[in-house]
Amino acid sequence: MTTKNADAIVVGAGWAGSILAKELTEAGLKVVMLERGPDRATAVEGAYPDSIDELRGAIRHRLFQDLSRTTVTIRNKIGQTALPYRQLSAFLPGEGVGGAGLHWSGVHFRAAPDDLALRSNVIARYGQKFIPEGMNLQDYGVTYDELEPFFDKAEKVFGTSGEAYKINGKVVGNGNVFAPSRSDDFPLPPLKDVYTANLFRKAASDAGYHPYSLPAANASRQYTNPYGAQMGPCNFCGYCSGYDCYMYSKASPNVNILPVLRKDPNFTLITRAHVMRVDLDSTKTRATGVTYLDLDSNKEVTITADLVVLGAFQFHNVHLMLLSGIGKPYDAQKNEGVVGRNFVYQTITTSRAWLPENQFTNQFIGTGGGGVAIDDFNSMNFDHGPHGFVGGSPVWVNQAGVKPIAASTIGGGKDAPRWGAGYKKALVETYRHAMAIDAHGSNMAYRDVFLDLDPTWKNTYGQPLLRMTFDWQDNDIRMNRYVVSQIEPIMKALGATKYELGMLEPGKPFDTRLYQTTHLGGGAVMGDDPNTSAINRYLQSWDVPNVFVIGSNAFPQGMGYNPTGMVAALAYWSAHHIRTTYLKSPGPLVRV
Amino acid sequence: MSVQNDTPKRLPVPPGMSRRHFLMALAGTAAFWTADEFADWRQAIAAEAAQTYTPRYFTPDEWRFLEAATEQLFPEDETGPGAKALGVVDFIDRQMDTSYGHGGLWFMSGPFQSGPANLGYQLPYAPREIYRIGIAGADRYCRDHYGHAFADLDHPTQIEALTAFEKLPIQFDETLPAGIFFEQLRTNTMEGAFSDPIHGGNRHLGGWVMLGFPGARADFMDWVDQYGPAYPLGSVSISGETA
Repeated sequence: MTTKNADAIVVGAGWAGSILAKELTEAGLKVVMLERGPDRATAVEGAYPDSIDELRGAIRHRLFQDLSRTTVTIRNKIGQTALPYRQLSAFLPGEGVGGAGLHWSGVHFRAAPDDLALRSNVIARYGQKFIPEGMNLQDYGVTYDELEPFFDKAEKVFGTSGEAYKINGKVVGNGNVFAPSRSDDFPLPPLKDVYTANLFRKAASDAGYHPYSLPAANASRQYTNPYGAQMGPCNFCGYCSGYDCYMYSKASPNVNILPVLRKDPNFTLITRAHVMRVDLDSTKTRATGVTYLDLDSNKEVTITADLVVLGAFQFHNVHLMLLSGIGKPYDAQKNEGVVGRNFVYQTITTSRAWLPENQFTNQFIGTGGGGVAIDDFNSMNFDHGPHGFVGGSPVWVNQAGVKPIAASTIGGGKDAPRWGAGYKKALVETYRHAMAIDAHGSNMAYRDVFLDLDPTWKNTYGQPLLRMTFDWQDNDIRMNRYVVSQIEPIMKALGATKYELGMLEPGKPFDTRLYQTTHLGGGAVMGDDPNTSAINRYLQSWDVPNVFVIGSNAFPQGMGYNPTGMVAALAYWSAHHIRTTYLKSPGPLVRV
Repeated sequence: MSVQNDTPKRLPVPPGMSRRHFLMALAGTAAFWTADEFADWRQAIAAEAAQTYTPRYFTPDEWRFLEAATEQLFPEDETGPGAKALGVVDFIDRQMDTSYGHGGLWFMSGPFQSGPANLGYQLPYAPREIYRIGIAGADRYCRDHYGHAFADLDHPTQIEALTAFEKLPIQFDETLPAGIFFEQLRTNTMEGAFSDPIHGGNRHLGGWVMLGFPGARADFMDWVDQYGPAYPLGSVSISGETA
């Protein structure tokens, strides 16, 4: 075992890790960033045309987690045996420099203010009894107004394209009428609507809804961000989700932060470094550093540091806390403990419309974050009283570029044959003339949905796998079905020759075989009460105050929006308070 | 490796019609596949399909099964070429030699325990083993039920057998359900029909032409807000091959 020293260690080279590493080096700290995957350079393996190979990319998962070394186990219910997630399918964590921030699509939202204090808002509007038994509804402990400067900063770093509705309280444009006021406009104008998005915009408007351009971290024009990192204009190539952007148009840590960070003499990046644990002193209230396995030499290396930042993917952060003994593990039987509590996901379902034969949807044209959405059924933007559920969904056409293998897997609609001549005919018709409309909804937290360590299966390093206990719950199924039923008027206004509504089915358990979304959240949530949150409102561990845990693990429940915008804002928020307060006087930033 | 990004296969353009409008009219119609202008292209596919590929993994009996089965899953018809013309079995054979084929992309540590289907694949077999056990089991099933190996059955019986593998609770041996084998075969067949030709399938971009997918063009700056017409340019592969 060798020992090295640093002022701060950052685990994970995705968005959260890169933002923290940048902020901490700016503060003058010597930062070591550890990434278990390989280094990745857009100019090398991201280059056209080799990078736009669907088989190697989205199908064989070139940029994703190497499951052969470590995975999770999954079960639907307590009492069931969880089994290993052996093949990447339902969700796709990243691996390597850039993490999931390299293969993401680019949808870049701010959080809805109501969602950040959802428990308080639901109780204020509908009373305590409106919250179903077993639902762990909580507030984030931070408000939109507090986060606003950090949402703004993240958008400028990401080069986000979008259209504002309200700036400093004044209506300025045709953006989302439900969006909160902003301190500044988006750094770039919205991306153009592809055909299907344009159809949706018109049809949603005809149906009485309020369509807006999705905020997208895909540059609509050439852009230089505040760090001096350059982006090229998106050419709608259709290879965002699952790919590194050869045009340097999609924001990624690799394009927007790391080119600058790598030049900083205070910054060291170590790749192929699998962090085994955070090392604690004998009091278990102070981290001394981390120990990682060098995957090339197969030797353990210890780094000591005064500050440890966990910036890995949501469930890896939770796993590391459990393996290291940071915070009290959640016990679902007793409903006690916090690490692993409030594990959440998203309720995404896809509906499809077919257009007349003389209208071609050209679904291969696309950009990962672009599209047109409505928020009429998201967050608290509609009256939940008559429906009796908590949460909601944005509904959108987000044509990110449909490639042929993916199209062939989905096929030609619910009633179409899965193979043979009938399959081919329906597939061709669907590919050329159909379009998809998603309801991308929230998923609340529940007492019996959580993460802990698996009693049976181990990773190749001999450590217990993380176990997920997860299933869809009545509240979320009813929410999804209600929102999707509201798509019907849009289908009619579109002039669809045929349409299918995709909904969660009551009684049908979460299926690990079908891709849904990689938007996992919770498990080490932020809050004001150490009995119901693992980290405080500054994302600092209650129990080990020189450990900060950055990521969607902080979300106390799911939201309808994609998580990356919120993760980036929380990262800048936490970094700001580390820089302005913690470094001057290390210790708990919140006293209970 | 570079790609010629703007040189689709030249087609004769009817008098009085711009090339762009001609292509717009042609692409995405059944005529795109059956038009006389594509006769050369169809002949090229046929000529290449006749060439011999030396299998790296599959035995001759397994090869015969795969050629027959993939052609039923993806038959040649009026929409476009079938699995045989597209080189789907060549593709699958090549895939067996990759990390994927050897199970290197999957978590393959024990213990192995079965559970509800929605918790996903739980067998100790890599794709190449699924094929080895599955094809033997499928041929054994066909001999037991129909008196011949799968490849020697008539087409309606082949379809009946594949439907049984897909839908009935058949076990090929103690541990491999027919359904798992069927899904592996279906998945790899579609991959072979629609992945870039550099992987050995989608020969001459026939799968993409059928679907109307332009391949590695990956630049639609000028077509983003063209609302309704079919995209006019033909398919191109990563290697620069066009159709």
